[in-house]
Amino acid sequence: MAMAEEIGAEEFSAVVAQHRQQIFRFLLASTRDVDLAETLTQDCFLKAHRNWASFRGESSAMTWLMRIAINLQKDHWRNRRMQFWRHARANAVDLGEAGEWLPSGERSAEQQLLAQERVRQVGKAVEGLSERQRTVFLLRYVEEAELSEIARATGLSEGTVKAHLSRAVAKVRAELGGRR
Amino acid sequence: MNSKEKVGEVNKIADEQDELNKALGEFRLSVHAWSEAAYSRTRTAVVLSPRRVWRQAIGWALGCVLVAGGASAGVWEHYQRQQEMRITAAHAAVQQRQAVQKQEQQTRQEKEDLPAKDDLLAKVDKDVSREVPAAMEPLGQLMAEDEAQ
Repeated sequence: MAMAEEIGAEEFSAVVAQHRQQIFRFLLASTRDVDLAETLTQDCFLKAHRNWASFRGESSAMTWLMRIAINLQKDHWRNRRMQFWRHARANAVDLGEAGEWLPSGERSAEQQLLAQERVRQVGKAVEGLSERQRTVFLLRYVEEAELSEIARATGLSEGTVKAHLSRAVAKVRAELGGRR
Repeated sequence: MNSKEKVGEVNKIADEQDELNKALGEFRLSVHAWSEAAYSRTRTAVVLSPRRVWRQAIGWALGCVLVAGGASAGVWEHYQRQQEMRITAAHAAVQQRQAVQKQEQQTRQEKEDLPAKDDLLAKVDKDVSREVPAAMEPLGQLMAEDEAQ
């Protein structure tokens, strides 16, 4: 409680308003489960509020929050893998289905279908990645984070991040190549 | 590999890279749109009225009472059966002990009575042996008359 007093309610509300959507998006893409992503997003901000005193400002608030979100997601899968994995899997949707949300823009119907097919292929490849590769890939290509930010958020070195990213992209490329 | 082939290879790699970049961009747009839709969806919250809360509480309380009653009745029944069996076993043991004591008492009594019975029988035999000659006298006289004839 004493720690929580170190950030004012209004100040913390501003932090939540600024970063909540991005944290939710990352968790949604990682878990593919809307309800789970919402729960983990709430947990993330609750944890951030409780531990605000430990945020020393060495990285941006976003990177710090993202680190909390990554750890929560890891803990969730570790805790639920044995007991409720079936339930969790049943709620998760295919990441390729995100293609249905692709804005049509100025594309023709045929181009839109081709684009959706590409999104489906990328989604399929991302689902096949290891947990760490997927995290790094989503942070880089969905959240457009810099390598240094990804390294800080994941606690990995930049070299390791590059290696994971390279392997992830190779798998996506292979999936797209197999389509043709 | 001649220069034309090299150019073709480079173009092919560039095309592949373009397609990859395009696919990654489209993937990002899709996830952003999906997330935005999920984030701004209407959420329904169920608010329980106080009456419903009370009804639920009463329901739970009754359920608990039923479960507790069922469980305690079972335990009580089991305890009663155990008690009955214990009492029956105790009765049987007392009866058995009494039967054994009775048997022992009878045996002891018989042993005690045995010398007195022997004395009585001996006395009877003695009395009978003394009386027999007198009792047999008429028969003896008859036998003597027959011999004389």
